[in-house]
Amino acid sequence: MKLAILGAGDVGRSVADLAAEYGHDVVALADSTGASVDSTGIAVESVLERKAGGEAVGSSDPEDVFETEYDVLVEATPTTLGDAEPGFTHVKRALEADRHVVLANKGPVAERYEELRALEDEHAGSIRFEATVGGAIPVLSTVEDCTPQAVTAVRGVLNGTANFILTRMAAEGLDYEHVLAEAQDLGVAEADPTFDVDGTDAALKFVILANVLADGGFALEDATVEGIQDVPGSALDLAAEDGRTIRLIGEATRDGVRVGPRLVPENGALAVTGTRNIVQIETRNAGSLHSSGRGAGGPETATAVLSDVGRLPPL
Amino acid sequence: MGDAPDSGDEDEPDAETDGGLRAYTVRLELVDEPGELLRALAPIADNGGNLLSIHHERGNITPRGHIPVEVDLECPPDRFDDVVEGLRGAGVNVIQAGAEHYGEEINVVLIGHLVDTDLSNTLSRIEDEADAVVLDLSLAAPEGTGGISSARARLAIDSGRSEEALAAIRSIGTDKELTVVEPLLGGDA
Repeated sequence: MKLAILGAGDVGRSVADLAAEYGHDVVALADSTGASVDSTGIAVESVLERKAGGEAVGSSDPEDVFETEYDVLVEATPTTLGDAEPGFTHVKRALEADRHVVLANKGPVAERYEELRALEDEHAGSIRFEATVGGAIPVLSTVEDCTPQAVTAVRGVLNGTANFILTRMAAEGLDYEHVLAEAQDLGVAEADPTFDVDGTDAALKFVILANVLADGGFALEDATVEGIQDVPGSALDLAAEDGRTIRLIGEATRDGVRVGPRLVPENGALAVTGTRNIVQIETRNAGSLHSSGRGAGGPETATAVLSDVGRLPPL
Repeated sequence: MGDAPDSGDEDEPDAETDGGLRAYTVRLELVDEPGELLRALAPIADNGGNLLSIHHERGNITPRGHIPVEVDLECPPDRFDDVVEGLRGAGVNVIQAGAEHYGEEINVVLIGHLVDTDLSNTLSRIEDEADAVVLDLSLAAPEGTGGISSARARLAIDSGRSEEALAAIRSIGTDKELTVVEPLLGGDA
């Protein structure tokens, strides 16, 4: 397939880097200021080198991406909330041109799911978005394989930053502020970690899951969300007295989405440590399935994007 | 007090109503004759009760020369009177009925200005509004009683009522500006 990649952050760059390994050509890579476009395939290595050296991705206008010959638009621009722009418009333009779209951007799928599905119905291309939930972990494809109707709930830990902080707090008996600073030094937490620690990032993923289970109906504002900023080290100590620990757990069902700090058994499946993610898919006929792995990172998330590309039907 | 097994052998899904199941203990006195125990248990199942455990105190004779038996059962609250009536109707001597025991235990962690917001009032509200019994409490106040503190409470709750109890505790938490860290129910967390 010919891939046009919008967004040249960790994920977009990794998709470009790994595309050939998965048997695909990259015909465009663009960020908000420039683009490299070539319908016979761009020279990925030199483009990535230029980008790493602080130069623009290319000299073309990002608009040119939509004019080139591509089969799949990979939407890997940063997640935005509310109207989920410009991501939503990117997806719309590609679908209206009867192309496929694979999203790594959570915004459109969490905030405007029904509109996306309506556009998909009207046009020839399909949309897929495995990379938006749990990075490398095959969450949505597992739900799809079980058929969403037979999945009663999805629960789990889908934010590595919050999980890292809670794990360190419990292990070292340290307080939130201290561990957050350490996580920032290690590069696990961003300079502004708000979305991770206040539960928004996890909530977006569980909103997407609820949309898949219920075939739409949810946006971030429908989720009940609490973060971990108010959890002191002493709360983790108390939880440990009884063989439990605290994790930022999300739950998605057809009835709603809830994210917040919860007590889970210390040695239970959901008490993953560090930046690891886990989901528990509760099914009607097959009990609970667990999948754990790296929920973030460029190459990890890119594998989810490329798996999606591999699942697309020919146009 | 027998531990309530999750899956009673006598599971009777028909007996479940919207009111959920509650756990009860009845104390019976049986005449020391073969078949008496079986005869005494039949009215429980017949009236929608689910046997959880039976404590048959052989060798421990009551002053009247009978054998005391303690039976834990679960049934919808509106059927409990029928169960007791059924026992009495069958000529079984019921010496104690309705001394409830609770079927489930859960932990919650409360975080916030627990002392300033009157912890003992918070706990009695949990007992009243969540219909729970506080079995155990630990408090950690590393910043002193004026700062943010945490408390873990182990609560006993009627079987099948955890969701309702947690909803009540959540609303008490909202009232008092406390963070409530709930257990994750459902699935095999």
